[in-house]
Amino acid sequence: MIHYIVHGGSDTVGVMAVDVTKGQALRGWNMTTDKTLRAKAAQDIPLGHKIALVDVATGDEVVKYDAAIGTASRPIKKGQHVHTHNLKTARW
Amino acid sequence: MKLDRSFMGYRRENGRVGIRNHVVIMPLDDISNAAAEAVAAQIRGTTAIPHAYGRLQFGEDLELFFRTIIGTCANPNVAACVVIGIEDEWTDKVVEGVEALGREKVAGFSIELKGQLECVRQASWKAWEYKLWASEQKREKCPMRDLWVSTKCGESDTTSGLASNPTVGNVFDRLYANGNTISFGETTELTGAEHICVKRAANEQAAEDFMRMFHRYQQVVEAQGVDLLGSQPTKGNVRGGLTTIEEKALGNLQKIGKKCKFVGCLEPAEMPTGKGLWFMDTSSAAAEAVTLWAAAGFVCHLFPTGQGNVIGHPIEPVIKLTANPKTAECMKEHIDLDVSGILQRELTLDRAGDQLWDMVTRVANGRWTCAEVMNHNEFVLTKLYVSA
Repeated sequence: MIHYIVHGGSDTVGVMAVDVTKGQALRGWNMTTDKTLRAKAAQDIPLGHKIALVDVATGDEVVKYDAAIGTASRPIKKGQHVHTHNLKTARW
Repeated sequence: MKLDRSFMGYRRENGRVGIRNHVVIMPLDDISNAAAEAVAAQIRGTTAIPHAYGRLQFGEDLELFFRTIIGTCANPNVAACVVIGIEDEWTDKVVEGVEALGREKVAGFSIELKGQLECVRQASWKAWEYKLWASEQKREKCPMRDLWVSTKCGESDTTSGLASNPTVGNVFDRLYANGNTISFGETTELTGAEHICVKRAANEQAAEDFMRMFHRYQQVVEAQGVDLLGSQPTKGNVRGGLTTIEEKALGNLQKIGKKCKFVGCLEPAEMPTGKGLWFMDTSSAAAEAVTLWAAAGFVCHLFPTGQGNVIGHPIEPVIKLTANPKTAECMKEHIDLDVSGILQRELTLDRAGDQLWDMVTRVANGRWTCAEVMNHNEFVLTKLYVSA
């Protein structure tokens, strides 16, 4: 069972392949390196939504597809849900 | 899995190959929709394509209008075309434009000086003649490279960027190597990844044109005094887990694979002049964009979706794929290919690409897309500014 997928080798977030609940032990897969990964969900996270793979400080870049997809608008802990409440575009 | 390298298509009089055999009744303008629909209602197997414009447009907006209407009528998926307009001058302009693209079965009728009933009578006789003729056109074996394929995604979510878009990218890499004419676009949705996209230009001119088109659109947005933050990503995108425009753009770009480079940039509805990957300046609204590609001569569209966009087009079949298992299940009637196995590591990208290639050849051979079965005939003209 794969719970989350990581696209690029340097990504700091993964994407849920299924809905997961808080406290659940997760198995992940990095599509680029083909490595199996492990994590723990700090919150409920729905399918398609992102999980932090590392701690991220406010203002730091969040990386997916080996590229910056925005900056953290508040501190994000490993295992937490990453979405509009804590990640903002760097464009506007 | 053995993959077909050819398909059974309709080779038209100008050498292009279609995968459908439509007889189109094209209104020149909004007020001719009723006549076009009356003809299509009376002559079985003809398709009216009603739309909202064609009156008092001017300048570049008018040029785009004619390019779109003429290109649609001349698309190789169209066997023959009847054009109906309120007056004869612009109606003739469309007919002549279609003929200039090497198509022969096209005729125009106007409503003024005779009224709609008489116009419908005359146009119906022509549609009757064309339909009988078209019904005897035969499919013949054509090499895969004769298939012009466009792509854009819609109602994307994170599964699009991770799996369904890369599946299209896998097929685009193969079509590119095969010498096909292929195209991508969605100018605004590349915002955030434009610096990565421009590196995929095959030459300096293509790179320069891409950045020019990209900045041109940014200026349109800025001139309105708004930002796209409220509309991009869309609410459907956000619900699916996409957070920022950069994330959406990077996921979007997965559709052009790893190897393809774009050889040139096209204005909206402009026909490419050779093989390879082409960037077209399009809206990211699905029906507007597909309408522009159909007008540029593309005959098959690949449409990866996350949350489940249901778009179709009257003459360019739209093949939908999704990697979202919930969408594949709850919107089954719209989805031609389910690649959600990728998310469970059950399906490799190459194998998913094989399945999509197989679906493309099946659709090219005549298998209907879900959008065709579901009566999705969205034809939406791109309007640049208000009419006079």
